[in-house]
Amino acid sequence: MKVLIPGGLHSYTGAARVEASGATLREVLGDLDRRYPGIRFRMVDEQQRLRPHVRLFFAGEPLRDLDRPLRPDGELIILQALSGG
Amino acid sequence: MTADSDASACNTRRLVLLVATRKGAWLFHGDARRGAWRVDGPHFLGHIISHLVLDPRDGKTLLAAAKTGHLGPTIFRSTDLGASWREAARPPAFRQAAAGTAGRAVDHSFWLTPAHADEPETWYAGTSPQGLFRSEDGGLTWAPFSPINEDPQYRKWMGTEQDGTPDGPKLHSIIVDPRDRRHLYFAMSGGGVHESRDGGETFAPLVDGMETVEGFDASDLAFHDPHCVRLCPSDPDRLYQQNHCGIYRLDRPSTRWVRIGRTMPQEIGDIGFPLVVHPRDANTAWVFPMDATTVWPRTSPGGRPAAYATRDAGATWQRQDVGMPAGQAWWTIKRQAMTADRFDPVGIYFGTTSGELWMSADEGRRWECIARHLPEIYAVEAADLA
Repeated sequence: MKVLIPGGLHSYTGAARVEASGATLREVLGDLDRRYPGIRFRMVDEQQRLRPHVRLFFAGEPLRDLDRPLRPDGELIILQALSGG
Repeated sequence: MTADSDASACNTRRLVLLVATRKGAWLFHGDARRGAWRVDGPHFLGHIISHLVLDPRDGKTLLAAAKTGHLGPTIFRSTDLGASWREAARPPAFRQAAAGTAGRAVDHSFWLTPAHADEPETWYAGTSPQGLFRSEDGGLTWAPFSPINEDPQYRKWMGTEQDGTPDGPKLHSIIVDPRDRRHLYFAMSGGGVHESRDGGETFAPLVDGMETVEGFDASDLAFHDPHCVRLCPSDPDRLYQQNHCGIYRLDRPSTRWVRIGRTMPQEIGDIGFPLVVHPRDANTAWVFPMDATTVWPRTSPGGRPAAYATRDAGATWQRQDVGMPAGQAWWTIKRQAMTADRFDPVGIYFGTTSGELWMSADEGRRWECIARHLPEIYAVEAADLA
């Protein structure tokens, strides 16, 4: 599926739009990390929780559950919620 | 190398100041006289850099503890003085908790310490919330070190995130005895000072004599808040400590800290964050007091910043403010943001919460500002390049 990468993670992907595969959000993030090592830990902590200011959307719906099934023809959008000063 | 030859030799070395800030990192390369500085940066613009450290064992490897406002923590390594950076393949991270139990996540790596000279690729990291980690491959992969991260007693002493400092409770001041790689110290805000004699297999508290806030039980380590602990390189049996409740000295083998800050001027007090030791004289140390009255403004007392130096192991203190603003200067210095070089006379450096970098080339007698308008400075290290 297509994945839209936020600017803060372009240092990993080198591009705003990349491809990744998987039947669930967990699998897609795992595939992203295989392609771009280190990117997953910047978004998901060691307790498998999405980090506080990372937001994920699929087909317009916000995602919080890593085991959420994803259709292969959709687009996963990763956002950095504005925070800090 | 003896202390004297070390002093004369180091004046021919290449000095670099490593400045870590809330918005990136800068390197200030000094000339041989410490009179001119070439600025290199920003590195990691927009990243929160808690600590930037040069490996003294090779004089060229840099490690940077980084995160951003949005993204998780990581560590970067450079072997070409920042021309290129390689990210850790496995940054410090706690063990995943068993299903149904709450586990901790590293918010940021806060403190980096190179291990003993006999362990050239090994580093230690202290994190927020409090955790101790070790890398044996130059900072590329990190693993929890020692049982303390998961130990129920230590977890109790660490407290909750509500017990910590404003930007999170921290494990800091990781110290390796230069005579014995298995002899380690670390400190926690909060959670006290701890020592290992067996290479980290076990740690034990080292808090006797340390005071806590009035009304709290000093026998409970959760109430102890050491801000910065330093070991004297010229006498590794002597440690100094700046604490939430005063300035202390410990002379081993004693296990009892002595509050040496009682001799500070009463109107200034003995509260602050950084503490710097002289590289060749264990009787000399510097502190930078802050206003810890009322609601803890954490500013220079009265808006008049000054370092205080002792030349007699804390029996007396001398105010050092020549060249600093005479008033209306409300900045202060974080615990990692004051340091010394190894020149003779020793250079002292500090970075302020208002983004200024200051130095003294004569052990604190006169000060000058060498950079302004940086982001809030979190850490300053003075290092010799190979």
